[in-house]
Amino acid sequence: MNAVTTGIARTVGGWFAKAPEQAVAAEQAALRSDRFRLGREPEWKRLEAIVKRMEQGRVRKLSDEDLLALPVLYRTAASSLSIARETSLDAALVGYLEALTQRAWFLVYGPRASLWSWFKRFLGGEWSASVRGLGIDLAVALALMIAGTAVGWLLVASNPEWYYALVGSGFADQRVPGASREVLRGTLFGNQGQEGMSVFAAALFSNNAQVSILCFALGFAFGLPTMLLLIQNTALLGAMLWLYHGQGLLLDFVGWLSIHGTTELFAILLAGASGIHIGRAMAFPGNASVLDAAAAAGRRSAQVMTGVVLMLIVAALLEGFARQLVDSTPSRLIVGGFMLVLWTGYFFAFLRRRLG
Amino acid sequence: MALALPFRRNQESRSQARAILDHEAKRRRVIVTPEGVPLQFLLASRGARAAALFIDLALITGAIVGLTLILITIAQKVGINLDRSEETAAGRAIQAIVVLWFVAMFLFRNAWFLYFELGPRGATPGKRMTGIRVAARSGSAGGARLTTEAVIARNLVRDIELFMPLIFFFSAWADGGDTDMASWAGLAWFLIFVLFPFFNRDRLRCGDIIAGTWVVEAPKRKLEQALSVAGAARGHSQVTGATYRFGDADLAVYGEFELQVLERVLRENRAEAMQDVAATICRKIDWVAGSGDERAFLEAYYAQLRARLEMGMRFGKRRADKHSGGN
Repeated sequence: MNAVTTGIARTVGGWFAKAPEQAVAAEQAALRSDRFRLGREPEWKRLEAIVKRMEQGRVRKLSDEDLLALPVLYRTAASSLSIARETSLDAALVGYLEALTQRAWFLVYGPRASLWSWFKRFLGGEWSASVRGLGIDLAVALALMIAGTAVGWLLVASNPEWYYALVGSGFADQRVPGASREVLRGTLFGNQGQEGMSVFAAALFSNNAQVSILCFALGFAFGLPTMLLLIQNTALLGAMLWLYHGQGLLLDFVGWLSIHGTTELFAILLAGASGIHIGRAMAFPGNASVLDAAAAAGRRSAQVMTGVVLMLIVAALLEGFARQLVDSTPSRLIVGGFMLVLWTGYFFAFLRRRLG
Repeated sequence: MALALPFRRNQESRSQARAILDHEAKRRRVIVTPEGVPLQFLLASRGARAAALFIDLALITGAIVGLTLILITIAQKVGINLDRSEETAAGRAIQAIVVLWFVAMFLFRNAWFLYFELGPRGATPGKRMTGIRVAARSGSAGGARLTTEAVIARNLVRDIELFMPLIFFFSAWADGGDTDMASWAGLAWFLIFVLFPFFNRDRLRCGDIIAGTWVVEAPKRKLEQALSVAGAARGHSQVTGATYRFGDADLAVYGEFELQVLERVLRENRAEAMQDVAATICRKIDWVAGSGDERAFLEAYYAQLRARLEMGMRFGKRRADKHSGGN
């Protein structure tokens, strides 16, 4: 009996010791909803302080206790909100809880990982998984690229005037139909002395990355512009192949191109496939709604696209430096082939079993 | 004054209340959290989004100009030498600066939005200033967690929405081509994407569709003082010492909507509006209150009306406004 009463007294005393002001106020409040509010206010205030600090990006300064308390406090606020909606007519209180729960919800169910840990997971299998997730669209994009190359070649072969239309003024400095073998050879070899390669590489990367982002983003229009862009760009390639073939330099040109081209063309293939993937998801959403299908496809291809940008950085480095430094066709082919095997292996074999 | 209107105009108040509610209902979306609590979000207005975009673009432009100026200054310190083929330390330094510039331009164009929207606020500086943020759309799949991929996707598409027409125009201009054609085409392109949020219910732009996101208001509120525990709500008026006690019939004339208007009037604490409302209530319930003590009168009425209505709520009887029956 005595032990029980002292126990109760201690418990009650504990409540009062924690927040005497609140307890007294709660005691005196006439309305039940006000007693409810005054009893929970300290928890809401604590949650608000934690949320505020997290929003300001000062997560490091939060104590472990606060960090662990966040989900619990969030749930308290959420349940307080549903109670307040049913029992309280204090509009300011309901509004406050609504806003507080929202802010906490964004933090508790926000982007799960920091950028760095996301990046680690990204390289450790999620990238290749989403590349494989593109499925048939990869094949479609590859087919379009091959078709584009063939079309370019055939067009120029039938009428060399097409060359100027396809290639434009950017590349057609010396590399024009009728150029001598020596001139063409000169464009492929002997550029070791060239300076400003780093600038060249940075500009190339910037340009290529923008083109591939365009390839992806245009998928929005049911993928049609993406397909056209793929064909147009590879038609240029076909025309150039034809030009060098005419002087018996086909293999040398392929070597010159492959050193960065295997990486770059692979990246363009992925960007095109991403665009087609989105376009296909919107045109044929299957059982999902168009918006859901587009969102699912969009998230998957966004991951692929981040990888494409990385690949283009590699390609630009290869193009800016390695191509000028490696000056014989067999070693160029080896570097290009190695990169091709590397990417293919990474996407389609690496960690496949573990992540599906 | 507008706040006092529902007390004054009997005929119109109801439709007006509806109109206020409907105005927001159009933008209101509900997401059910995993705990089963429905959270209400207001979609950001298009004006706020446009303003946020302009602020961001201004900041980006400022950053680009600033960085370019800094790099030029450094280059001049090094001794500017545009002949990059020179194989000297200065030449290499200039090269490094140019590379840095290219990379920075790429990052400003693509990573500005990405970096800020991945942060804990889910908003770029512009969005933060206009009080909005990015959130995951609640699809039929249910999950509404904003993911890194979603933010990447919505910002990659920004590229064709915003920067493409500009580049299109400038490249036509630089090539000396038909700038008229180019600018019309660019304008048409731009308009398609800018007007996109006007043609769907959730105000999505193309990037939002592809990423499964939307932009919502991110309100921040302070916890206000509880009105029913302070001042005359607890009994006596501070000014006159009078105690206001209302009978059941006096309180039965109003519902929740009027209670909330009363709450707003009290929180705004403007003497004129309070006099107005107090006079209206007195007329309605045939009560004679001395002037000069309106706040105490209203506080007491508020607390007692709320007590009555909340009591009703607990027994499952809610009263939306004074027109609805069921006392």
